[in-house]
Amino acid sequence: MSALEHLTDEGRQKLPPRPTAQEIVVTGTNWPGSEFDDDPMIINMGPQHPSTHGVLRLMCELEGETVTRVKPIIGYLHTGMEKTGEELTFVQGATNVTRMDYASCLFNEVAFCSAAEALLDIELPPRARWIRMLMMELNRISSHLLSLATGGMDIGGLSAMIFGFREREYLLRFFEKVTGLRFNHNFFRVGGSAADLPDGWQEDVDKLLTDIPKGMDDLDQLLTENPIWLERMVGVGMIDKELAVNLGASGLVLRSTGVDWDLRRDMPYLDYDQVEFDVISATNGDCYDRFRIRMAEIYESLRIVKQCLENMPDGDYRVQDRKVTPPPRARIDESMEALIHHFKLFTEGFKIPAGQVYTAVESPRGELGCMMVSDGGSKPVRMHMRTPSFYNLQSLEPMMVGGMIADAVAVISGIDPVMGDVDR
Amino acid sequence: MGLVESGKIPKPLTWLMNYGRKYSLWMFQWGPACCAIEMAAALASPRYDMMRLGVIPFPASPRQADLIVISGTITDKMAPAVRRLWEQMPDPKYVISMGACANCGGPYWDSYSVTKGIDQVVPVDVYVPGCPPRPEALLEAVVILQDMIQNEDMAARWRGRGEPIVVS
Ligand code: SF4
Repeated sequence: MSALEHLTDEGRQKLPPRPTAQEIVVTGTNWPGSEFDDDPMIINMGPQHPSTHGVLRLMCELEGETVTRVKPIIGYLHTGMEKTGEELTFVQGATNVTRMDYASCLFNEVAFCSAAEALLDIELPPRARWIRMLMMELNRISSHLLSLATGGMDIGGLSAMIFGFREREYLLRFFEKVTGLRFNHNFFRVGGSAADLPDGWQEDVDKLLTDIPKGMDDLDQLLTENPIWLERMVGVGMIDKELAVNLGASGLVLRSTGVDWDLRRDMPYLDYDQVEFDVISATNGDCYDRFRIRMAEIYESLRIVKQCLENMPDGDYRVQDRKVTPPPRARIDESMEALIHHFKLFTEGFKIPAGQVYTAVESPRGELGCMMVSDGGSKPVRMHMRTPSFYNLQSLEPMMVGGMIADAVAVISGIDPVMGDVDR
Repeated sequence: MGLVESGKIPKPLTWLMNYGRKYSLWMFQWGPACCAIEMAAALASPRYDMMRLGVIPFPASPRQADLIVISGTITDKMAPAVRRLWEQMPDPKYVISMGACANCGGPYWDSYSVTKGIDQVVPVDVYVPGCPPRPEALLEAVVILQDMIQNEDMAARWRGRGEPIVVS
């Protein structure tokens, strides 16, 4: 009897007797009795997937619908920025680093500039420090709003996306007024910022302070108590305290597990020790906690912005050291020396004493650090960014394993990695 | 050979078909880097709202799409995937390249790992310059593309591609 005979057998052309309902066993993998019954299924998510926040690729091994193993594959956006940074002078460097974490560009610039300033050993004037704080907190809000908007879209709430982007537009309009660009600003330079805040910035910030809470109420009503949202988020993507610490997670991922760690409070930089704010943390370590922390942090940032508005000191917005910052435009026409300084600064840059330094800021995603090595020239010998998304991405595996494949998008949007930040 | 390829369709009917195609572009969004955020703002934010131009975002797969917007840095590791997805789209298909990176490498011109221009991989119809281009620029690109589709001779499209357009 040949192997194919059962296909040609006359009797087979009739339908076999139908199994009764009790006999049907649906396992979710293969039909019962098939030879592949025990094989796991390997599924690739990405690199093109609207919910992977760019070009993250996940290799998932599935048992039914349960994830048994997962491996993030990165490098699809590796642009070699750290290497490029070695070819750019300290004046040009901020243009490069601002494109790493494009949802929170100003934090990259501040990390880079404060590393260079630490090597130069210069003290920023008070107004420059407060401008940095004001802009960074506004940027934190816009980054969290983006993450809430895209996170809502990933889980299927397109209205959340519209609300999130509506509020974000207000902030971007303000950024455009101050820096000239909606993002990728290149606004903070070594020694201060590129320009002062524009006239009438107080009214704009004041308006933001009333507009954003209004929009946040909409998001709050739409999501926080929404049963579908709760179903998708509560208890999904759990990670415990010890593991999160061991994996080097920081920022929201760490705070959602109960570790109360925020660089703004625990290792104050700029003038964060002079403003009042709370560090929000939760204890469950699931996606819903991360969502709630994100919402609450927006209000805390608004508090800091309010204090910046009230306490903004007068004075210079950059150090008045002609070797580091360019002279005012009007001086160039009058003074030969100013012209020479300007020319030198933008052709060969300034030299930084040899040394090595690490500075860190708390970006919306976690600890964003910059390690810079200088050999006394006008370019860094090595510039490395410790980017929070890269480290937080390591906690993806413990969060996803044991959960459903459909929860992958919720977990990813909870961590909120920016792939430019991961791959650099 | 089908009727469309042969170029034997009467003018009014061609006009009608082009009119229909131009306002029902299914757009497949490919957003690897920063420009993707501006593209998302153009798609989703109430201030820009691209859907009013008759562009429908978020198809489930490139096989359902007519238009692909490549917004962001394409690295050498990514380029084969771009080509593969583009090949899966049904003809007639259109490509908008958004941002300096996708156009020519942009700020990563010196980088060792970035593809200097997505037009080395797929043919581009409209280029949008800028780093990042404003969402309005993307809307303008879509309007220009729609004009192009309106005046398109479909038989000629089958024979060869025309010159690309740069939004200015
Ligand atoms: S063109 Fe500019 S904004 Fe767009 S992806 Fe490239 S670096 Fe980012």
